[in-house]
Amino acid sequence: MNTNYDKLIFEISSDEKQGYALPPLDVGRSSDVDAIPAHLLRSDAPVLPQVSEPEAVRHFTCLSQKNYGVDGGFYPLGSCTMKYNPKIDEDVAALPAFAGLHPYLPQNAAQGALQLMYELDQMLSEITGMAKFSLQPAAGAHGELTGLMIFKAYHAGRGDEKRKKIIVPDSSHGTNPASAAEAGFEVVQIASAADGTVDLDALAAALDDTTAGLMLTNPNTLGLFETNILRISEMVHGAGGLLYYDGANMNAIMGAARPGDMGFDVIHLNMHKTFATPHGGGGPGAGPIGVARKLVGFLPRPTVRKDPDGYRLDAGDGQSIGRVKGFYGNFGVLVRAYCYIKTMGAEGLREASRVAVLNANYLKESLKGQYKLPYDRVCMHEFVFDGLAGGDPQVRTLDVAKRLIDLGYHPPTTYFPLIVPNALMIEPTETESLATLDDFVGAMTRIADEASGDPAVLSAAPHNTPVRRVDELKAARTPVLKWQAKE
Amino acid sequence: MSVYIPNTRTDREKMLARIGVGTLDALYRDIPAEIRLTDALNLGAPLSEAELGREIASLAEKNADAARAVCFLGAGAYDRLIPSAIKHMVSRSEFYTAYTPYQPEISQGTLQAIFEFQTMISSLTGMDAANASMYDGASACAEAVLMAVRHTKRRRVLVAETVHPETREVIRTYARFNGIEIAEIPEEGGLIDSRSLSALLSEDTAGLVVQTPNFFGLIEDLSEIEPLTHERGALLIASVADPLSLAILESPGRQGADIAVGEGQSFGMGLQFGGPYLGFMAVKAPLIRKLPGRIVGQTSDIEGKRAFVLTLQAREQHIRREKATSNICSNQGLNALIATIYLTLLGKNGLREAATHSFEKAHYLKHKLVEAGMRPLFDAPFFDEFAVELTADAREVNGRLMRNGVLGGYPLADVLPEAKYPGRARAMLLCVTEKRTKEEMDRLAVLLSEACVEAASSERRER
Repeated sequence: MNTNYDKLIFEISSDEKQGYALPPLDVGRSSDVDAIPAHLLRSDAPVLPQVSEPEAVRHFTCLSQKNYGVDGGFYPLGSCTMKYNPKIDEDVAALPAFAGLHPYLPQNAAQGALQLMYELDQMLSEITGMAKFSLQPAAGAHGELTGLMIFKAYHAGRGDEKRKKIIVPDSSHGTNPASAAEAGFEVVQIASAADGTVDLDALAAALDDTTAGLMLTNPNTLGLFETNILRISEMVHGAGGLLYYDGANMNAIMGAARPGDMGFDVIHLNMHKTFATPHGGGGPGAGPIGVARKLVGFLPRPTVRKDPDGYRLDAGDGQSIGRVKGFYGNFGVLVRAYCYIKTMGAEGLREASRVAVLNANYLKESLKGQYKLPYDRVCMHEFVFDGLAGGDPQVRTLDVAKRLIDLGYHPPTTYFPLIVPNALMIEPTETESLATLDDFVGAMTRIADEASGDPAVLSAAPHNTPVRRVDELKAARTPVLKWQAKE
Repeated sequence: MSVYIPNTRTDREKMLARIGVGTLDALYRDIPAEIRLTDALNLGAPLSEAELGREIASLAEKNADAARAVCFLGAGAYDRLIPSAIKHMVSRSEFYTAYTPYQPEISQGTLQAIFEFQTMISSLTGMDAANASMYDGASACAEAVLMAVRHTKRRRVLVAETVHPETREVIRTYARFNGIEIAEIPEEGGLIDSRSLSALLSEDTAGLVVQTPNFFGLIEDLSEIEPLTHERGALLIASVADPLSLAILESPGRQGADIAVGEGQSFGMGLQFGGPYLGFMAVKAPLIRKLPGRIVGQTSDIEGKRAFVLTLQAREQHIRREKATSNICSNQGLNALIATIYLTLLGKNGLREAATHSFEKAHYLKHKLVEAGMRPLFDAPFFDEFAVELTADAREVNGRLMRNGVLGGYPLADVLPEAKYPGRARAMLLCVTEKRTKEEMDRLAVLLSEACVEAASSERRER
């Protein structure tokens, strides 16, 4: 293993090399290219490398070795549900009968794919208590945007044009207000109550006849279940608004409670979180959205329906908000999620959530003396510390995170949610063993000790990584966003 | 017990004791009793790998013929040669089981690969900078429209009718909810009609979206459109539905486009029934800080070593919340990696060769079909897709082709207006990539002729 490898692919390029051979051209060269006006033909050679196949493989293998993935170690990144990605799901998605399907096949020839999508819709509806899902959105944030478009179309469809505001708690994911803005709404942020949940007075004050809806994560980003959820639902609906469920934290409650039963009207799920599809270094994910009965007609088109003679793409009756993406969604990701649900069954999904909650509470209780716990109560699948409880006051959350890297862990989410100033947001997931959790407790304890005894080792961390702390300011001030050949 | 959950019953007892509760149920006490589920979800029992394999086999069987068919269908999704090494590299779990590279010290692999991707995309499109990827070509194009609106503070956008119909539909959805007016520019001879364009461009136009090669495979002349657009202070958005074409066609950047977006599926991704694919976006310098999504920049670590990091984050949702340039959080990281490896393996020479082969083969087939009496719908130069009018209904013909193991072209009946194209039900968009062989094309020509004759005679019988 060579983690000192430091070349860009362009720096090992040599013009005479090639990494892939095409078969010889088996038709004669025509003069058709002469029909293209010269100014429409490429005038410069693109900056692309020329390397042999073994050199390409060595390059990307060396790059991979500078990465940290779930398969290699514990990745308690809060709100991201970095659970294990089952290998059989990868194999199924790669089957030629799925991976080789053209999206514009005649529907009769793609019945297996359409059936899989239909059944996934049904299973997700059952898990969440919603009426129907669209599998089209490509990611959680994309699902949010789609859901908020549905909010808007619903109000507009009733002639209720003045509902221009979306309420979000100050603990919400950044994507919530950003999605609301991208769907053309004004954003109203409300402060959380002292116990970390929605402040009912603040909510009541914010609700009026301009409210389009409220976006909520439940359990919320502090890992706390919104105990007043039924009251919240009543208040929002009473004011004529709709309730949006950010499904990022669905991994806490499968088989225990359903957003549909809580009164949510639209929900997105992250296949790459709760349903164990790989995060891919930042995608591709999938963010299907489910809706309550009264909103089914607004879903993006097409959805899949079951007719007596087979499965069909259904463009709807004209009420649909339209398409939000090309084709039908990230099908390859959906195949993996389908397999995951099948291999877990009802029993397995329930167990996954219960153990995710158990693991989070275990870590919280094991560490809460050494780290500040701003909301000391039972948590769901994740929880948030507000930095160290003691030690040198110069030691920051950032230092704790970087030191964890030295000790072999991916750090938790830091400085989020924004209402906890020194946040360390820890989500262990259900796929970690007790031994791993205990080792992590040991590492966090060691760091807490070092914060008193040897704070310098923390501020200089990490020590043994391919690169050490990087200059982010320099990157932003003088952006270098691509490689350029030396002159 | 699930094989994906390591904790044993004994472990759980120990953990509950540490937490100080008697049962797992006690941890759910915050969930109000009224909504606590009492019955099991109706999902069936857990399946072992072997049982799942049997269920999957029966689903897969229903698609198997289609997956094996010789593909002449394109229209935004292309059946190209994919080097074997790609799957081996992206199957490295250090890549695919990582997330967004928030911690640069242990994410240099992902970060450097994206930096290389940004370099390749910037150069192919002739732009100054590219972002780390978008969901897909259609949504990237819609994001470009929002960007043009933000940048110019105007609320009207023109879209050529020759842009992929689904891309136009996605643009309309995004626009509708942002109060952006969309006007479509009609086509003439399969190309954007520049006279209509001049008439529709005005001082309130934020941008113009043109696709090249366009939906019909034809090469649009951006250099002709560019001065008209810029004279009015609007941005020129070039949508590249198949960036392999950029190996031989002039880049949007050099033709004066301000934003280039597109669909990168051609760069090493399988068809996958429409996704996951790869959106990309690249811009000229003045627009860099308005880009949506992740961007990787080069910097150094505290020891002066070259390092890569997510940068210009002040644009993004986790910092700016509702004032962000977009709501995008995750994108298509692994697909950007696939494209980077594809472009590395092919290199600039191989990419040019693949594009040339596609071009030559598509033209061979076109000549062959013309000889057989089929009529090309348009005369303008094309890359590797072309529209022909058959002598029988295109969908009917496709059914016959499929029975012979061939996936025919995209039926254009729903895309072309009937008044202008009375023969539209017989029109089909065919695609030939470097993967097709002369033998396959010769066979298609024969099958098409036969299928047209058969379909026509059965139509007569029905009458």
